[in-house]
Amino acid sequence: MNMTTFTSKKFLVPWLTSLILLVLLATAPLYISSYNIILVAAIVMYIILTVSWAFFSGPTGYISLATAAFFGVGIYTTAVLGKALPLLAVIAAGGLVSFVLALIVGAITLRLRGIYFAIFTFGLVELIKHVLLFWEITVTGTRGRFVVLVDNITIYYVVFGIFVLLLLTAYLIRRSKFGLAMQSIGDNEEAAAHTGVNVTMVKILTFAVSAFFIGAVGGIMATRWTYVDPYVAFNPLFSFLPVLMAIFGGLGQFYGPIIGAAIFAYLEELLLTKFPYYYMLIFGIILVVVILYLPDGLIGLMQRLRQRWQKGGLTGKHANT
Amino acid sequence: MRILEGEKVSKHFGGLAALSDVNLHIEQGEIVGLIGPNGAGKTTLFNLISGAIPTKSGAIRFKDKNITGLKPHQICRLGVARTFQSVKIFSNMSALDNAMVGSFFGMPTSMSPADAAREATKSLEDVGLSAAKAIPARDLTLVNQKRLEVARALATKPELLLLDELMAGLTHTEMAETMELVTGLRDKGITIFMIEHVMKAIMGICDRIMVLHHGENIAEGTPKEIAGNKTVVEVYLGE
Repeated sequence: MNMTTFTSKKFLVPWLTSLILLVLLATAPLYISSYNIILVAAIVMYIILTVSWAFFSGPTGYISLATAAFFGVGIYTTAVLGKALPLLAVIAAGGLVSFVLALIVGAITLRLRGIYFAIFTFGLVELIKHVLLFWEITVTGTRGRFVVLVDNITIYYVVFGIFVLLLLTAYLIRRSKFGLAMQSIGDNEEAAAHTGVNVTMVKILTFAVSAFFIGAVGGIMATRWTYVDPYVAFNPLFSFLPVLMAIFGGLGQFYGPIIGAAIFAYLEELLLTKFPYYYMLIFGIILVVVILYLPDGLIGLMQRLRQRWQKGGLTGKHANT
Repeated sequence: MRILEGEKVSKHFGGLAALSDVNLHIEQGEIVGLIGPNGAGKTTLFNLISGAIPTKSGAIRFKDKNITGLKPHQICRLGVARTFQSVKIFSNMSALDNAMVGSFFGMPTSMSPADAAREATKSLEDVGLSAAKAIPARDLTLVNQKRLEVARALATKPELLLLDELMAGLTHTEMAETMELVTGLRDKGITIFMIEHVMKAIMGICDRIMVLHHGENIAEGTPKEIAGNKTVVEVYLGE
């Protein structure tokens, strides 16, 4: 919340870039093939998961591994309500159920610090998965459900809509007094509480807002699978990938998780199609290199390169005179 | 007027009595010092007053309102602010943003960003940090980080300010400046309750001193009375 220093250029360039990218995304179905539209939708889905995760875990420093739980709740909401309600209502319901779940879980667990919180949130994924399995086996006597089908263009635009809404929310909150409170909690929770910040409320609300978007995107992506069961819906990979993608991009900046998720998700798809046999190997190597040599992620690398370039320019001038 | 009152305040950590049946009272406009050897329970008492740890036994009243069992943010909004023994600033935020957390959240009514920024700026001026506004808190020197903690506390518009070893680790000049700052705050109407080990500072500015030893209140009085008190000299001053 640096209200003090903006230079117009610093402010304008990211805004213009974002605007152009958003317009490109909004018009993408006009000139992109159906296969690629679903690819772009999948990439945007990963960006939503990563930005939602970073929205809570970035400033507060609480590492949540509950992403797969909220994602799965969204998926299952669509599976259950898909035929009964119009699509947008179903998506909103998925988000709301996740929101409420996060409120409850947050109230119970956000007094846990560090690794304990991470473990609990991961346990939540398994817990919900097995409760659903138990329910399906003993009560409904079925295993899995069929999901309503939705055409690719609609999926794409719903994902895009959630994405825009998320960006707006994250951006506005980051610049508001609520964002300042989140940052103060991440820096020193005890001091924040003694400076008047209702730390419990801020943490729980942020957690729930992030869960809303994760649930909503789960709700729309479910329509791509035609059939879901608890194992498909609550895949723990969806808890870990957003963390990796955010670190890959760099957590320090607003754009870090976005760029990280976009490149990471595209890379995964590219490697999977071009090198199906070596895909995991290459992917692993890239991850190790990034963690070892780019502690601040891709954004950190870009900043370092820019600094070096600027310094190089200056010393070059000095050498001439 | 009595601003703070503690009645039979006790705290046990397991079997250890950190505080037992401590009574205390602070009048509006006073500077009261809290001294005692390490482990006497001074910081524990501050933690109970500010709500950092819940009071299970005894009662604490602020301006005749029972604040026992309230959360730290509620106590802060009522008008009790504090600093910490080991500096606890928001190190990745600018000095101004540090203070703005105080002006945004530390008061009972909410403020517009412009008003909050103005209040925060004023509190930075009060402690002599206006030049450091935009500097990340982690890059400040120790004395300035301590001042920033005071500024952040001031931005919440406290009536009672708890200072936990503000002088520790400061040079002589810095200490003199800090003593001036503390008396200046009192002159502005803020009541001060301070833990301090530096005798020169505490004897110089306190109206009254309270001595804790093994969690018990063993003496209370003016600096002169405390300096001449036999028990205090034995357990604390040591000669």
